[in-house]
Amino acid sequence: MGVRTWLGEWPMFRQATGSDPLGRGSAVQSPRTQALGSRTADADEVVKSVCPYCAVGCGQNVYVRDGRVTQIEGDPDSPVSRGRLCPKGSASTSLVTSPSRVTTVRYRRPYGTEWEDLDLDTALDMIADRVIDARRKGWQDTDDEGRVLRRTLGFSSLGGATLDNEENYLIKKLFMALGAIQVENQARI
Amino acid sequence: MAEAHPVGFQWVMEAKKRGATIIHVDPRFTRTSAVADLHVPFRAGADIAFLGGLINYVLSEGKDFREYVTTFTNAADIVGEDFVDTEDMAGIFSGYNAETGRYDPISWQLEGVDYEAPAAGMRDHWEPSLREQSEERERSEKREHHAAMASDTGGGAGDAANATGSPKRDETLQHPRCVYQVLKRHYSRYTPEAVSQVCGMSVAEFLRVAQAITENSGRERTTAWVYSVGWTHHSVGAQYIRGAAILQTLLGNIGRPGGGILALRGHASIQGSTDIPTLYDLLPGYIPMPNAYLHTDLQSFLDADAAKTGFWGNMDTYMVSLLKAWWGDAATAENDWAFDYMPRLTGDHGTYGIVRDQIDKLTYGYFVVGENPAIGHANGKMQRLGLANLEWLVVRDMQMIETATFWKDGPEIETEEMRTEDIGTEVFFLPCANHTEKSGTFTNTQRLLQWRREAVHAPGDARSELHFYFHLGKKIREKLAGSTDERDRPLLDLTWDYPTFGIHEEPVPESVLGEINGYDADGNPLSSYTQLRADGSTTAGCWIYTGVFADGVNQADRRKPGSEQDWVAAEWGWAWPANRRTLYNRASADAQGRPWSERKAYVWWDAEQEKWTGHDIPDFEATKPPSYVPEDGATRQDALSGTDAFIMQTDGKAWLYAPAGLADGPMPTHYEPVESPVANLLHEQQDNPALERIDRAWNRINPSQSEVYPYVFLTYRLTEHHTAGGMSRFLGYLSELQPEFFCEVSPALAAERNLEHLGWATLISARTAIEARVLVTERMKPLRIGDQVVHQIGLPYHWGSNGLSTGDPANDLLGVVMDPNVHIQESKVATCDIQPGRRPRGPALLEFVEAYRRKAGVEPGGNT
Repeated sequence: MGVRTWLGEWPMFRQATGSDPLGRGSAVQSPRTQALGSRTADADEVVKSVCPYCAVGCGQNVYVRDGRVTQIEGDPDSPVSRGRLCPKGSASTSLVTSPSRVTTVRYRRPYGTEWEDLDLDTALDMIADRVIDARRKGWQDTDDEGRVLRRTLGFSSLGGATLDNEENYLIKKLFMALGAIQVENQARI
Repeated sequence: MAEAHPVGFQWVMEAKKRGATIIHVDPRFTRTSAVADLHVPFRAGADIAFLGGLINYVLSEGKDFREYVTTFTNAADIVGEDFVDTEDMAGIFSGYNAETGRYDPISWQLEGVDYEAPAAGMRDHWEPSLREQSEERERSEKREHHAAMASDTGGGAGDAANATGSPKRDETLQHPRCVYQVLKRHYSRYTPEAVSQVCGMSVAEFLRVAQAITENSGRERTTAWVYSVGWTHHSVGAQYIRGAAILQTLLGNIGRPGGGILALRGHASIQGSTDIPTLYDLLPGYIPMPNAYLHTDLQSFLDADAAKTGFWGNMDTYMVSLLKAWWGDAATAENDWAFDYMPRLTGDHGTYGIVRDQIDKLTYGYFVVGENPAIGHANGKMQRLGLANLEWLVVRDMQMIETATFWKDGPEIETEEMRTEDIGTEVFFLPCANHTEKSGTFTNTQRLLQWRREAVHAPGDARSELHFYFHLGKKIREKLAGSTDERDRPLLDLTWDYPTFGIHEEPVPESVLGEINGYDADGNPLSSYTQLRADGSTTAGCWIYTGVFADGVNQADRRKPGSEQDWVAAEWGWAWPANRRTLYNRASADAQGRPWSERKAYVWWDAEQEKWTGHDIPDFEATKPPSYVPEDGATRQDALSGTDAFIMQTDGKAWLYAPAGLADGPMPTHYEPVESPVANLLHEQQDNPALERIDRAWNRINPSQSEVYPYVFLTYRLTEHHTAGGMSRFLGYLSELQPEFFCEVSPALAAERNLEHLGWATLISARTAIEARVLVTERMKPLRIGDQVVHQIGLPYHWGSNGLSTGDPANDLLGVVMDPNVHIQESKVATCDIQPGRRPRGPALLEFVEAYRRKAGVEPGGNT
């Protein structure tokens, strides 16, 4: 290693002689930091999205690499948000990559003291049986006066404000066909 | 707004840069106050006194925008002789029945208008107890019942559909019973001095606000009001909004650029879930749910809620198209387009009634989807008791939220009120996909639909709701296939065959949005709701969204950069209805269709081209000239004139006085919150006489003006957390930014109760006691109300026992009393006590709370 090379790796020398007199850029880079790139630079694709928190509807760019979300940034194209995100929107990468996120079905049997595992298809089948049973138990063809009700009060649904329009549509449509009138969401709380 | 909608607030700052005056009226000094020109500290729950004071200022000083008012409002209509105002009845309107706690709205009607509840005369269709009574009383109670039913079946033209005929008018606004004069008298006692007394602001502060908004309204200028749940979470919440509507209409600030009353909603698609309602009282597009008392068939349904005049006159086309979307070929003219496939309401089936029924074991199963009621709803104990009395519970979420674990670690387990081994609820926790793992639309707070594209696949068992409900429906249909039971017909005849993709058979979301948009008889996507027909030839899953797939293009996915568009940015996403960005924008032009001023030009009549034009899509029939006068007997929109800008109203007018449609009076009146430290200084009637209660042992209410619960508390959100915490308390960055539950108290209150900054405090109500870190801050200011000092305590409500950052749930402190129009709880103001130190643990907590109740004389309440 020549003296010049050795000097050139000394940050103070580079700061004093180079183009970064304040020592906030290239002057203070080590070989390691020099080799670092931003997660947004080497993404396989950038997918247009919308922030999932409040109802302002800020645009998001979702950076994906190897089938995983690596970063979420504000979308400068959005006339709603002009690229900005608040602390929650800025933290939404950690929302989608959270280590505590639950990704398997959990089941608690009646009077049980612990969670158990359950296969997703089995869970769906059990839930369908319970819906049919509760629907029957809570069914009302008419009221005491003979007015047509053709409904069930056997079960209910809560939630929708965090879901997509298409999802709310399927919930409402299915529940109406089941005769289940007790559908509610965050709009009333 | 700067706290809870920070990125939206950039536009307020832009306006400020361009000279706008920003006024923040809030009990707390927040980040919004910090950059406002004026912060007005204020007592929670006194908003109608404040708004009424502003209305009084406008009317008594003659500051209304007179030409706008006479052109676009019902100010000239004459109120019937039978109407008696709160002024003459100790704070109650005529028509109140103290036994039922409801109003009969007949005496509120306009002169010249016939109002008849549609089922009047149909004896057999009403409660049996009503039949025994005298005929007039019977009619009155029927109307009362109908008014309540109408509010339970929100949407459509509502009760206004039952008013027929044209009201008498006095265009000079001088008749003592014209709306303008009635309004003036109603608010005459809301003087600056009275406002100051009730709200706790100085007369000077009030006048500064009043002057600012009146000077900034008129031809050349407009003023906007922005609110959130601080206005809706009250026992008179709907009337708060009415108050703002009256004020903004008087000032000519509706339908104009820079005007309006802007609701800042708090979830990504809470607007969408109201438009396509996962709500009990509505069908998609604000069509009411059928009601067993009012609607025996499609015709009676339309008679009751489709107005004869205005755009709700087309409700038949919206409704038949919906029925066709849901039941396809099974919906025919012969079977009333399958109207009888619809279940019927009989009253309030809102969320608190459902939870009451869960506790009573009257309902057995519960789906909770992307919501955390054990933390996020008022009276957490009530919520958790409901969960513990279910047979089964399905929770769909990304994180293990408290609603899923109440049986293991809920507060009632700690107090030994419940034992895990005794709780029979079967719990299914199903992981869900997040916003990057599925395509679909959110509808934001300005009615803008924005499409998200799927970026990655959901991991493990996580699935979208679209997947879950599609496959659940499929499975139930398979299990019931071949059933001959008549009740299964709606399910088996349902159109439920969406195309799928991928190994998990995910439904194609565009196919669902396409169904929402609707198709013509040939299967082509419709472009406008005006194409809908009542003859079964069209479909539309949500008529107000018709056009989102115009020309077969997903309009919600339009992404022309804002920098390449004008300020309306009409080519980004798609706003309902018809991509209109500002509703009722016909009112941005005068009677002749000319802009009120060059500066505020937005939509105007182009006489040469004979059509409306401008910066936005006109919210008016494009070629109806300003001079249009309807012929006698005209119906639907043809009955509205060229100046009737409010096209969804039966009379095309903005209502300063609401003769129908509200359960608690035709004009907003100040009532104290149910839990208030002070007497109502404006009226003898203390609180809303029509409010709704749930009188149970698990929902005890603090007595008003109680020395035991002397302080006001209010709940709110922090910038760094979201609602009940399911999407924030589990994340590292956000938990570091706001790591702990705290209460904000003023230095004066801290001194009064020996509270130490950063120490612990216990807050006590008749429901429970919770603990929080103390933040002593000048941001909370004691207020002088009448001759007493009122202290207010601020509580962010995000915490629970799970996640990275934990704490007591603020909502546990709240009881449930509700607005009678919308059944929303009064959760933005209640009373409590506060003491230094941590709360008792285990069963000792129950004894501690009970001792307070005994001291306050709180009745144990009904059955547990």
